[in-house]
Amino acid sequence: MENVLTAVPLVVFIPLAGMLINLFFGKYFGEFGVGFIGVTASGLAFVVAALLWAGLRDNNFEAVVVNPPLFDGWISIPSANLEIPWQFRVDTLSVTMMLVVSGVGTLIHLYAVGYMHGDPRFPRFFVYLNLFLVFMMTLVTGNNILMMFVGWEGVGLCSYLLIGFWFDKSRVFPDGVSEGWKNSNAARKAMIVNRIGDFGVLLAIFLTFWTFGTLDFYKPDEQPIGGHAEEAEEHALVIASTDEVIAEEEHDLSNMGFLNQAQVLLSDGEEHQVKFGSVDLSLKAIVTLITLLMLLGAAGKSAQIPLFVWLPDAMAGPTPVSALIHAATMVTAGVYMMVRANVLFHHAEVSSFIVTVIGATTAIMAGFIAVGQWDVKKVLAYSTVSQLGFMVAAVGLGAYAAAIFHLVTHAFFKALLFLASGSIIHGMEHGHHHSHDSHHAHHEEEFDPQDMRTMGGLRRKMPITYWTYVIGTFALAGIFPFAGFWSKDEILADSFRVFWDEGELKGIFALMLLITAAGFTAFYMWRQVSLVFYGEPRHEAGEHASESSLLMTLPLMILAVLSIFGGFLNTPSDLPLLTDLFGAHKFTDWLGHSVVNAHAGEFLWWLALGALGVAVFAIFAARQLYADETTSTVRITGDPLARNPQTSQAFALANAKLLWDEMYFKYLENPFNVASRFLADRVDWQFWHDFFHHNIVYLPFDQGAKGISGNVDKVVIDKGIMMVFARGPWEIARRVRRVQTGFVRIYALTILLGTVLVMIAILFPDIRDILGI
Amino acid sequence: MLESSPVAIELYVLLSAVLFVMGTLGVLLRRNAILIFMSIELMLNSANLALVAFARQWNTIDGHLMVFFVITVAAAEVAVGLALIVAIYRTKKSISIDDLHKFEG
Repeated sequence: MENVLTAVPLVVFIPLAGMLINLFFGKYFGEFGVGFIGVTASGLAFVVAALLWAGLRDNNFEAVVVNPPLFDGWISIPSANLEIPWQFRVDTLSVTMMLVVSGVGTLIHLYAVGYMHGDPRFPRFFVYLNLFLVFMMTLVTGNNILMMFVGWEGVGLCSYLLIGFWFDKSRVFPDGVSEGWKNSNAARKAMIVNRIGDFGVLLAIFLTFWTFGTLDFYKPDEQPIGGHAEEAEEHALVIASTDEVIAEEEHDLSNMGFLNQAQVLLSDGEEHQVKFGSVDLSLKAIVTLITLLMLLGAAGKSAQIPLFVWLPDAMAGPTPVSALIHAATMVTAGVYMMVRANVLFHHAEVSSFIVTVIGATTAIMAGFIAVGQWDVKKVLAYSTVSQLGFMVAAVGLGAYAAAIFHLVTHAFFKALLFLASGSIIHGMEHGHHHSHDSHHAHHEEEFDPQDMRTMGGLRRKMPITYWTYVIGTFALAGIFPFAGFWSKDEILADSFRVFWDEGELKGIFALMLLITAAGFTAFYMWRQVSLVFYGEPRHEAGEHASESSLLMTLPLMILAVLSIFGGFLNTPSDLPLLTDLFGAHKFTDWLGHSVVNAHAGEFLWWLALGALGVAVFAIFAARQLYADETTSTVRITGDPLARNPQTSQAFALANAKLLWDEMYFKYLENPFNVASRFLADRVDWQFWHDFFHHNIVYLPFDQGAKGISGNVDKVVIDKGIMMVFARGPWEIARRVRRVQTGFVRIYALTILLGTVLVMIAILFPDIRDILGI
Repeated sequence: MLESSPVAIELYVLLSAVLFVMGTLGVLLRRNAILIFMSIELMLNSANLALVAFARQWNTIDGHLMVFFVITVAAAEVAVGLALIVAIYRTKKSISIDDLHKFEG
């Protein structure tokens, strides 16, 4: 059964094959063929991932490193002793990610076949989706951090391509900007903001290589050295027993991946120095630096403060893209990277504290903004930012298993919510077309199918979408027994444990912020459900909306089931009935084979009930508050929160997205523009071009050249020297050519004279002597 | 082998020189191409006469031999030269060599 693990390259190459087929032949296949190939490629990748899961179980969960066929190494510089091979790592963490990516990915592919129906660039969409799978799989399976970075950049590229997929939409907004322009701007924004994060990852990679001499997480023949203190100490003793510390250790560590090296070096209780030229820095400081740079990368990719601003704009892409890339998979890459490097984060207290603060702050900030949004997808986008904040905070708290657990359940219910919102948008657009056809009066009317103010009453029109949406909402809000309840509770319980047992400030900080954020979550989700589904339709489009096709609702139903039961993957111990049914800490134990610092969270009754109470209270508050709005039959204009003088300012802030973009514009972009204008106009053009190049370089050169050409060349060379050579032969020739008269008798006479001369010379030697011939 | 001639060699050479000078003057002074041609023939034959005379005088055969070559070459030259003159006449309607001092057709 171990042989099945060598099939891991297929998770990359099957989607690659699907992508290439659709790329070159997609235009001949029609929608069914293209969709079939795309879904099949994704589905087969899921099958392979499932086989890997089974194979790993039979292999005692021991990680296996597989070399891809045909690729013998990747970067190889023998003279520098540098080997960075492309190797696939099959361990519990990577298989978890593979299952999520390909599983949720397949459902979204299936959904996209229905959603993208009729799009003129249908094949291209599936080429991009499969390409995304290729890179996401490269990211999660890479055995070294550089290969991970290749995937990291690749998914960024796919994200860019898919956000700007509708770059040519011609609908013009009231501010005179076309929708296509906004879409491509959003794509560029995502690209540029992510570059800042990628810069951090690159620096982290360089530092890692300098410090540890390798980029491999673990070498092919080693297993992670356990996070249990005894094991690490035991290992450290072996090394510390040799007295020549540095030299011996380097020798011992040379066959280790950098995570094991860090584990050994950081847990042996000694100070290690890393040489940077003439400067020595302690290993502890270097690890802190590496982890902070990784956090910068994660902030870009996983949309944390301060780089989250691209994700809400990324909703410009088609909804399946929002579900797959900007909710379920790609944006979790930052969390994956930090969990993969959990050894480093575990030993970097400062970094962990900062990670916790960033995550928890992001969670509450984005949750707050989501309350004030009217766009059905923007709410979910900020919700995603908020939930990613939960995961990042969990990493900072050391709850690595909880972070991945929340990543998995979030992938289920957020993909569900996005797909359902896509179904809503589809229904609204359909209804709009329908009413548009019957009444021609509404030609010039502005209609935004994503505006929740115009929705309402869709519960009866779209029952499947409604029920799945409510399930997703309950899962996200953390209602027992839906998936989000378990994963969110584990993070909350861990933050309490960090505060109570270990006495760390970050625990209570995270606990307060995260519980508040959970309250926001439940509130904005039920606000959305009320506005979208309840009451009466507030627009003709809503009246004529109809349920989407089975192709779109089937993935919704499957994801709804996963959102209900996904939480039982990791049921806490000591629960009546449930623990007996689903086992205790299954997921944590499974993950613990590759995430050495994973630990099972304990279940705190009072905390779970408290969080549940907050969520239920928030849902009831939202229900009360928006009951009046839903009875309206015309487009509502304001939010009850905005009408209440106590909350109006807060709502305005949330509605304005806390002015992040405006602040970035004012304090970063605007100074940048001013500086660039100054550099371009003053420094480059006026000083460099006009003054330096024109006055200092050009004019003296021009004058000098004119002097040389006018006086020296034209007078001395041309009229002086060249005339001697040119006029001389010319003058001689002018005189000599008169001899050639053309009269034959002259020539004959010349010959005769010549002959006579020769004869004289022959006959009279004296004359010959006189003539000197 | 012939008897040596009763006529003195000086007379032959004198006649040859006179003929050569006449031919030379004809070439230099006449304009008619045919006459120039005839003058050239005269020069050639004056040279022939000198050659034959010397050959008899020295009782060798070299001179005779050379004369035959000259006659042969002269015959060929006449053939080519007359053809040229005819061609020139056709284009120029004249055989005056003074009309031929320019390359033009």
